[in-house]
Amino acid sequence: MAPIPARPARSRGRGGYWLYLIPSGLLFLAVIVVPFLMNVATSFTRWSGVGTPTWIGFANYTKLFGDERFWTSFEHNVALIVAMAVVPTIVGLVLAAALFDYIGKRFGPRTASALRAAYYLPQVLPIAVAGVVWGWMLHPSYGAVNEIFGLKVNWLGDPDYALATVMAVMVWFQLGYPVVIFMAGLQRVDPALYEAAEIDGASWWRRFWHITISQIRPEIYVVLLTCTIAALKVFGPIFVLTRGGPGSATMVPSYFSYLNFFEKVNVGYGSAIATVLALIIVVVTFLFLRVQERDS
Amino acid sequence: MTAGRVVSAPAARVGAARPPAPRSPGRWAVLTALVVLAVVMLFPFVIVTLNAFKSPADYSAGSPLSLPAHLYVQGIVDFWNRVDFGQKLWNSFLISGSVAVAAVVLSVLNAYALGIGKVRGRLWVLVVFLVGNTLPQEALAYPLYYLSKQAGLYDTKLSVILIFTVIQAAFGTYLLSSVLGQFPHEILEAAALDGAGKWRALWRIVVPISRPTLSVLLIFFFIWTWNEFFLPLIFLISNDNQTVPVAIGVLQGEKMMDATMSSASALLGIVPAVAFFLIFQRTLTRGVTVGAVK
Repeated sequence: MAPIPARPARSRGRGGYWLYLIPSGLLFLAVIVVPFLMNVATSFTRWSGVGTPTWIGFANYTKLFGDERFWTSFEHNVALIVAMAVVPTIVGLVLAAALFDYIGKRFGPRTASALRAAYYLPQVLPIAVAGVVWGWMLHPSYGAVNEIFGLKVNWLGDPDYALATVMAVMVWFQLGYPVVIFMAGLQRVDPALYEAAEIDGASWWRRFWHITISQIRPEIYVVLLTCTIAALKVFGPIFVLTRGGPGSATMVPSYFSYLNFFEKVNVGYGSAIATVLALIIVVVTFLFLRVQERDS
Repeated sequence: MTAGRVVSAPAARVGAARPPAPRSPGRWAVLTALVVLAVVMLFPFVIVTLNAFKSPADYSAGSPLSLPAHLYVQGIVDFWNRVDFGQKLWNSFLISGSVAVAAVVLSVLNAYALGIGKVRGRLWVLVVFLVGNTLPQEALAYPLYYLSKQAGLYDTKLSVILIFTVIQAAFGTYLLSSVLGQFPHEILEAAALDGAGKWRALWRIVVPISRPTLSVLLIFFFIWTWNEFFLPLIFLISNDNQTVPVAIGVLQGEKMMDATMSSASALLGIVPAVAFFLIFQRTLTRGVTVGAVK
């Protein structure tokens, strides 16, 4: 038998660090990896949640691609991406630049901070509570919005208005996030750039376009990515405000899968919806990261 | 869930100190426009608060914009008692607090191995954690529901604590690994020469030095977990276990809720969230920008 080599001192070298990954590794396996694989497997079965699932191959997916409600729910997702990612990013850029570059310099940083805090406040609410606030304000019989403007609109109950109303609520909820991130990003920008542009006689819009936007590009990507993912996942406001209705006027994939899981007990079908949603989100994430990498 | 997955300082210093630019009338127009927008953003908060303190008769007599005729707290008291709101606050606090602490501990352990230990294949580990954090909870919900029933954990706070600890730690690992990747190695080498093992070095050196970053993570984990809705809605069905957002969200639109009680319930949901914002703002303003944004 060969002599046992002396063990290297435990504190030196690089060995042994992987031990620190074990607790998370096990939990991650139990809470994320295994459930996700189970979800994918279930999507190939017909199952009511009790008894043995019946293997039906791709039948759920075939049904899914022919299901009008499924396609509508993704169209609504696109609308919510506009409301939660596109509009807040564009408006947020203008607001952040105006606060940082204009208000901060002409009225003092405290004014700018106070305005920023006002824009950000909706973001601190649990999204379900934000839904309750607006559910109350938009109530058809006693809601504050109708009372104040003397209207009789059923904002959330009329299929013509429901989606637009939800979109407006989401803009309100989301706007503060890009403002805060962009203003933090603007701290990095060398003030000399602005001064040079100002001396050259560049207008505020030109400076905004050529300096602000190009300098905080990384923040713009992060905001667009995180907000797009949040829009794809949106559930709480739909549950609280409309339950996907009226009809399927505000149906989104996450609520559609919830409905199939827990109300219609079509677990296999619900799993297929959730799997497609997960795939889309992962693909969107990778696309964004690729574009960002190529850009920088 | 909010989109706020980027940890940043919400109230860092604004504007550079420069002599004020020449004054023009246009600047007041800009300021007015921005103030009007701020009023619109704050309007729901104001109006919910106003009407939470009105009696139903007072509400139907005046406009939602009018001040309460007299301070009426019965709506708030009734709602509080009906949902046992104190219990809900405690549940939310217990769940969010446990998740925050446990997720920070796990993030530190992982980031120690990945950022400082630089174990082989660390990039892949990070990608897996990040994908795990990005996955929609819908794609985990039913199996988790099924498994927790099998394990006898369904409708317990523990199930929700376990799940969110993993989800938050997955994100925390990603953030903290890049922070610890820049940890000065000389300090650790000096400690090793003094005979401190890895375990001691972690708790005696790395953790104390990274404390500002860790406290920011702790706060964010707490708030994110407090705000969660989807999984707590599925897992916490009994009244004794529900969290604040679930209790308020489920009661919304119920027939027994009149106008003022509805606004009282909204107010009770708003108050803790705004309180956290005000309490934690100071910690977050210390210029700590941990982050995804380089």
